[in-house]
Amino acid sequence: MSEMNVHPQEVLRRAEQLRRSLSGNFRDEMVKSLYAEAEQVARKAVRTAGQRKYDFDRALDRLVTSPWTGLPIMFLLLALIIWVTVIGANIPSELLAQLLFGIEAFAADLFTKWGVPWWLTGFLWHGVWRGLAWVVSVMLPPMAIFFPLFTFLEDLGYLPRVAFNLDWLFKRTGAHGKQALTMAMGFGCNAAGVVATRVIDSPRERLVAILTNNFVPCNGRFPTLILLATVFVAASFPPAFASFIAAGTVVLVVLIGVAFTFLMSWLLTRTLLRGEASAFTLELPPYRPPNLLRILYTSLIDRTIFVLWRAVQTAAPAGAAIWLLANIYLGDTSLAQHIANFLHPFGHLLGLDGAILLAYIIAIPANEIVVPTLLMIYMGTGMMTELPSLSVLKDLLVHQHGWTLLTASNLMLFSLLHNPCATTLLTIYKETGSKKWAAWSVVITLGTAFLVTFLVATISRAIFGAV
Amino acid sequence: MKLTNEHCATCPAYSELEQMGLRLERFDRVVALAGNPNTGKSTLFNLLTGLKQHTGNWPGKTVTRAEGGYQFNGVRYKLVDLPGTYSLLSASQDEEVARDFILFGQPDCVIVVTDATALERNLNLVLQVMEITDKVVIAVNMMDEARRKGLEVDTRTLARELGVPCVPISARRGEGIHALLSTVADVIEGRIQTQPRRVQGTPEFQQAVNELVPLIEQLAPGVPNARWLAIRLLDGDARVQEALLNGDLLRRVARQHQADVTFSRKMAVEGRQ
Repeated sequence: MSEMNVHPQEVLRRAEQLRRSLSGNFRDEMVKSLYAEAEQVARKAVRTAGQRKYDFDRALDRLVTSPWTGLPIMFLLLALIIWVTVIGANIPSELLAQLLFGIEAFAADLFTKWGVPWWLTGFLWHGVWRGLAWVVSVMLPPMAIFFPLFTFLEDLGYLPRVAFNLDWLFKRTGAHGKQALTMAMGFGCNAAGVVATRVIDSPRERLVAILTNNFVPCNGRFPTLILLATVFVAASFPPAFASFIAAGTVVLVVLIGVAFTFLMSWLLTRTLLRGEASAFTLELPPYRPPNLLRILYTSLIDRTIFVLWRAVQTAAPAGAAIWLLANIYLGDTSLAQHIANFLHPFGHLLGLDGAILLAYIIAIPANEIVVPTLLMIYMGTGMMTELPSLSVLKDLLVHQHGWTLLTASNLMLFSLLHNPCATTLLTIYKETGSKKWAAWSVVITLGTAFLVTFLVATISRAIFGAV
Repeated sequence: MKLTNEHCATCPAYSELEQMGLRLERFDRVVALAGNPNTGKSTLFNLLTGLKQHTGNWPGKTVTRAEGGYQFNGVRYKLVDLPGTYSLLSASQDEEVARDFILFGQPDCVIVVTDATALERNLNLVLQVMEITDKVVIAVNMMDEARRKGLEVDTRTLARELGVPCVPISARRGEGIHALLSTVADVIEGRIQTQPRRVQGTPEFQQAVNELVPLIEQLAPGVPNARWLAIRLLDGDARVQEALLNGDLLRRVARQHQADVTFSRKMAVEGRQ
């Protein structure tokens, strides 16, 4: 590098002197002249002829962003999307399961006939394949319905309106209004939501948004919620109402997640991340007619297949691990049973059981596979050849493993509140550049999950007796 | 006046464009896409590169820069999609990404995508980009939407006022793309000379800038735009001050270009989200 004959300090000093010699506030003057010039140019180049389409947008905005109708419309839309997902996903899920489990049974038979050792057949078909089959049949149909609907709203231009409706709430918690946008992204994928926090200028408010993003259920967790709501909550109502009850339950869980986002933001801005909320301008883009083909492409290829592929990658080894745990015996109980027994007292304290906690531990890389993992642990002995229809599922959980409404509700709460999946954690680490904040994101979420499920279990046991 | 320049995939003119996706190993020119949030930058990016950068109707979804390639009239271009920002003055991360690339990445041309329905607000950014670089082409997007709203944008007047070419396009429908690309090529090869409108300010402001510019050029030879840095120093921009003090400025000048080559493929993939 060439020798410098000017010292940087000198240049800065001179700049400082010059700045003081200039009259008025430099920044204000500069911004003012920028605006003035922009206005001058625009006035010459733009001609207004009339206003037609504009009024429709304005009328629509008045409705969806009004303090009275804005929030109810939002909840109705959310409920509608979830309801359509619930009723739409049911039948394809069962068909897929029939097909995939049929393949398992057929292939395992074939292997046995060929004289392949039992442990290889078991490992491949009852372990790895079953893991894949569960994930695909449980997750694919809801995602293939939910993602296009979500993308449709996104393309239409509705998301910024959501941010607008929620802005004042976030402001009250001391967080940034744009956190509403990153939260909405979190419904798609929490890792994507964490990356999206880059739109928030202030590092403090950005951290609040990052640490609380996991409280909204991502698409990977929706199938878990939908499944539990359908099997446990809705099943005790007349069939005509079942889908509404299921959707309503999921909406309730989502609202609890949003409430925890607010609560935790409020707590954070008063403890770890003290400070005032900063102001910002949010632009409401015009409504645009969504491009249906592109929506299908984005939602099916970029999102559904992406999420599914990630789940498949973790489900295969998880299936293998479960099969091994269930088929390696210490004494006369399997390894899985040993671990589940060991975890059981703690699980019971939280209104769950040992197998559920084991499933969570195995499913840490991707928490969307928790329910499939759990079912595989329950059925790990390889006896299961029956088709997993919803009534069979309920029978398995309630009669063979003693599930109650409390177990189901606490599992939903735990799934909503627990730690971020490995991908999200890695993203948090990358975005904050700090192991400390990544660790905090686990402490906060897992702590909340333990505390809430513990309280719910204790209180409901106190009221309804030992359940 | 007829403003649109109709093209469709079957026209011979269109076939001069070849989408190169992620084939970024060798490129001849670097073009940056800047603009306010939600003006259709990503749509244009996807159209030109054939990539599937996620697009959506909400401001701020592109927070990192994505890169792709296209070939036009036998010249290979690397296209860098910058995060959408309203200005380049504040310290948020997305604005910094955009600003640093325009300044240190030394793109051969910057396309500023503007929204015809909200031109005035968009021009703030246009003026700021033109402070940093001369090689600017304005793409006036959403002409069809503006017309629906009863707005008529006269791109010739706009070009005259700004001193840089302005091309009407509709990225969603793929209209005006050929005109845009050939204008970009003309600006890069010097067939079109731009004279960007610079914010004048008071005489004492100009004097202060003129005094600082030679000092900065002496301090950091080869720095892309000393005038802009001088303005930033006068504004008391802490980051520019710091970059000057710790020698980061010099390092960035040297490093940015080389870094971009290795960076691009990775980002293009990650940017898809």
